[in-house]
Amino acid sequence: MATTQVEPVPDSYLTDPRGLRSWLVTRDHKRIGLMFLVLISASLALGAVFALLIRTELTLPGGQVVSTGAAYNRLFTLHGAVMIFLFVIPAIPSSFGNFVLPIMLGAKDVAFPRLNLASLYLYVVGMVFFLLVLLLGGIDTGWTFYPPYSTSTATPVVLAVVGAFILGFSSIFTGINFLVTIHTMRPPGMGWFRMPLFLWSLYGTAVIQVLATPVLAITLLLLAVERVLGIGIFDDKLGGDPILFQHFFWFYSHPAVYIMILPAMGIISEVISVFSRKHIFGYDFIAYSSIAIALLGFLVWGHHMFVSGQSPLVAMIFSALTFTVAIPSAIKVFNWLATMYKGSIELTPAMCFALNFIFLFGIGGLTGLFLGALATDLHVHDTAFVVAHFHYTMAGGVLMAFLAGLFYWWPKITGRMYRVGWGQLAALVVLIGFNLTYFPQFIIGARGMPRRFFDYTQLVQPDPDFPMLKPHPEFVYYQIISTVGGFLFVGGLVLVAINLIGSCFGGRKAPANPWGAATLEWQCDSPPPRENFASAPEAGDCYDYDDLEYDEQAQEYVKLP
Amino acid sequence: MIDLDGLYSLAELPLLAQTGGSFWLPDAATKDPAMDPVFYLILAVCALFFFLVVGLMGLFVVRYARRPGVKPQKTTTHHTLLEIVWSVIPLIIVGVIFYQGFAAYMEMQNAPSGCYEIRVTGRQWQWVFTYPNGYSDDNLHVPVDLPVKLTMTSTDVIHSLWIPALRVKMDLVPGRYTSVWFRADKEGTYRLLCTEYCGDEHSNMLAAVVVHSAEDFQEWLKGAADYLTTLPPAEAGKILYQRRGCFQCHSTDGTAGTGPSLLGIYGRTHTLADGGTVVVDDNYIRQSILEPQAKILAGYQPVMSTYQGLVTDDEITTLIEFIKTLK
Amino acid sequence: MTQSQEPPPAPRDGGNHDAAPLAHHFDSLKQQYDSAKLGMWVFLITEVLFFSGLFCWYAVFRANHPDVFVDGHHFLETPLGAFNTAVLIFSSLTMALAVRSAQLGRRAPLIGLLSVTLLCGLVFLGVKTAEYRQKWHHRLVPGQARIEYFFSAKRTDGVSAPPAKEFLPEGEGQAQYRQYVRQHLAHAGEEILTEEQLQGRIANLRSFMGIYFTLTGLHALHVIIGMGVIFWILVGAIRGRFGPRRFTAVDLVGLYWHLVDLIWIYLFPLLYLIH
Repeated sequence: MATTQVEPVPDSYLTDPRGLRSWLVTRDHKRIGLMFLVLISASLALGAVFALLIRTELTLPGGQVVSTGAAYNRLFTLHGAVMIFLFVIPAIPSSFGNFVLPIMLGAKDVAFPRLNLASLYLYVVGMVFFLLVLLLGGIDTGWTFYPPYSTSTATPVVLAVVGAFILGFSSIFTGINFLVTIHTMRPPGMGWFRMPLFLWSLYGTAVIQVLATPVLAITLLLLAVERVLGIGIFDDKLGGDPILFQHFFWFYSHPAVYIMILPAMGIISEVISVFSRKHIFGYDFIAYSSIAIALLGFLVWGHHMFVSGQSPLVAMIFSALTFTVAIPSAIKVFNWLATMYKGSIELTPAMCFALNFIFLFGIGGLTGLFLGALATDLHVHDTAFVVAHFHYTMAGGVLMAFLAGLFYWWPKITGRMYRVGWGQLAALVVLIGFNLTYFPQFIIGARGMPRRFFDYTQLVQPDPDFPMLKPHPEFVYYQIISTVGGFLFVGGLVLVAINLIGSCFGGRKAPANPWGAATLEWQCDSPPPRENFASAPEAGDCYDYDDLEYDEQAQEYVKLP
Repeated sequence: MIDLDGLYSLAELPLLAQTGGSFWLPDAATKDPAMDPVFYLILAVCALFFFLVVGLMGLFVVRYARRPGVKPQKTTTHHTLLEIVWSVIPLIIVGVIFYQGFAAYMEMQNAPSGCYEIRVTGRQWQWVFTYPNGYSDDNLHVPVDLPVKLTMTSTDVIHSLWIPALRVKMDLVPGRYTSVWFRADKEGTYRLLCTEYCGDEHSNMLAAVVVHSAEDFQEWLKGAADYLTTLPPAEAGKILYQRRGCFQCHSTDGTAGTGPSLLGIYGRTHTLADGGTVVVDDNYIRQSILEPQAKILAGYQPVMSTYQGLVTDDEITTLIEFIKTLK
Repeated sequence: MTQSQEPPPAPRDGGNHDAAPLAHHFDSLKQQYDSAKLGMWVFLITEVLFFSGLFCWYAVFRANHPDVFVDGHHFLETPLGAFNTAVLIFSSLTMALAVRSAQLGRRAPLIGLLSVTLLCGLVFLGVKTAEYRQKWHHRLVPGQARIEYFFSAKRTDGVSAPPAKEFLPEGEGQAQYRQYVRQHLAHAGEEILTEEQLQGRIANLRSFMGIYFTLTGLHALHVIIGMGVIFWILVGAIRGRFGPRRFTAVDLVGLYWHLVDLIWIYLFPLLYLIH
């Protein structure tokens, strides 16, 4: 047995059983979560390389890294596709979700461990498809695959589409697993409204994964069928309808942004409460807002299509619904602030990244108002303004929460403590770099810089044919600032990587409960034994910190008798 | 100093203030664009909430920083009234923003009667503006103070027309028509761009919007359309070759591009992709412009989209005469 | 690696057949059964949504081009479609009875009913194959030129692939094909007068066959998967793996098979019965 009390150094899930094969065929949610974490981080690194190439390219007008639009178009497509499909969608549910969800429930595993492993392998297969696309020279459709461009370009679109299709199934399997696990495997004493908020957010996420992803799957399949067999589905020349694709695509892809952001909000709820040592404020409202976001998220896809020739009535309805989604997000932010009020706030790296989240996601969410309002969307749609907006929500939101979660659960996952000071420094560097990168893009976007734009030479220099045409030389300033920021931002991420990976080699051994959190995962050892708990623990109030006291000697929090 | 392709050195870059418009928005070609007040309203709301949230966050981090031996103070864990207040207030604010955005949008959508109508066709990677008299140009010329309605479509992939100075944007979708209208109040020249990603030369799919006085506009239209009758056909054809963007794929110096070079092509016999042959004569050129997919020369892809409706018979004649001169 | 953790009352495969083995991470058999059932229902929801995308496409296309469907359905064999519908409905009945037999622990009827269900699936696929063969013969399959190309010597001879939209045969075959379409429509009581009309009809046919093959092809794929899992539980039934307290797999496969049938019950009128 794994967890006998007498052994001085109990075997953890990392070493029990040993051997590569035991990892490859494991059904342990912790191992699957950890492998996801590694693969997802590798994808993030790949996406970041493309990001830096794009940033370097755009620093000055004309070709810097690549010399043709065709090459640049491949760069931004690969950056988008890798970041969306391989990083942000699975980032939190597949890694931390898998690792933490069963332990938070006091369970031994998710409901369907085999399905969970299948989800991991589907992710790997999807990744291989994307790498094949990369080896074949990349695709140039943009991650949105809009036809008729995607049905007419000569790049290997089918391969990429099949890759995304497979990744969709990976996501669906995770969703089914979480949904069922939360429904049937809650421990005695944990009613729905006593669950940690992270689980509520994963529940909302799972609902979206299950309801939206199949629509993406069929859309991508139809696109592939159209390209291979020439069936007229989306291409007007074959009798199809290009706007239908946009409806299908955004019916998935808008809810998908909530697949990305909901678990991120869940992490922030946990981290803010723990490091303020305050019971989370407005638990019910935060829980309900997760579900509200999940459901309302299905009704707003049309706001991506305000300029595609939609009727004004439809545009009005989608605009109005879009604004209603803003409210649950706002509720969460206010509740987090109320949680911090009169707390005892400790700026651990996890907390620093959570505060970064509030800062950056705040800007991202608020600038969404420009895009939800019809008149202003007409102006800023498909410009650098939009690029800035969704990077503030996706990178400023999901990535910051991912990093917060990484610093928060790292001791639990690896059993090692990292250097706190370096983590705080990284958070600061990331915050500064991030704002330098993306804030200028709001300005140049509103002033006339489109997105997916290879060479802006003609926008910044006078036009000999039209001497009266005012050029925008200021774009160059902003682009330079943006590139410098981009390198700083990635530098911050490298600091995080060095700090965390370094901790595996000689970091202090992590205690069971280094942060004094009250959720169940902190009641088992760090790292947890194979089956998490010898017997199911008793679920109490997961935000009650009153009876947890810091023990200087053991450097961990212990329960007061 | 970094030399920007001979444009500017970094030190010479004009200061931000000198480049026109406000900090956030470019120069407007209309006196009071309906969008701008909405933009600034939202900006104000954003700034207010951002400073409120981040300000409180900063305050709490400093004021309630962890101190040894100091316990967090007990506060209530829920407060329904407070939750309702901070749900309803943002709801009212976004309601106002929605209404303002919608009202301005309707103003920008509903074209008044009596618009001057121009047809716009987007193709990879070029704009074609066709005026009521049948003349087509690759830049948009409009009269000042007169409402102009653009009726738009695309012959290949989706494009999007954006004129930042007029705050208008609308997609051009193949197989359907979309429209947009505006009234320029200030004479001048403004930028027009494609904002829907459309392929390799997407960033070069640009045009100028020239706002003329009413008299100048009529004069320009007459003069611009006249070159077909005043110039010798081959020279008119050369202008057309430039304006319709033929040069993007068909060179005149013998280098093969996306399509075959036009140098010396006339009168020769060429092999087709399906194995047949064709003599490049007037009829073949005419067919290749109007039905480009019909007979593809060997070694080229069937990627050209049709010019049906974008060139008149007279214009085709001038193009043929121009091609004849390329020997 | 997890077997050693199983609680004692849970038998392994081949042991006591009264109860299902309890997986290590569940507390009780009820929890395990509830989880499996809920998981299957959620999976079925994803399947429904998957097909609802197809039906959406169908609805949009039909609203925009009603003539495509009127023209196209003349080329489908309604009696064969109706026969297939009956076969699938019957197979749903046998599947439901099979689940009942499993719950009651009657092994022989279970094996018999599962075999009949499997046979119905085979009949369905056989009829479908006959229909597809006929379409292939008349060159109505989307992308047919491309598919032929990939299985011909042309590919190795370095001839470039025909464009995806290639539909008509080349040369001689074209006239024959036109004649076929003309006759078939005349047979259905439609007069084709001009060449232009005929061109339009051929384009319509192309679109319709695209929809027909995508919808029925994806459905057939689901039938094949369904038959695969029925075969799997049939083997289990023959080995005596199911009993009154151990029938989850049969139950879930039954649910899946009903869904596959249900989708066909929608597809049949939407494609074959158009007026």
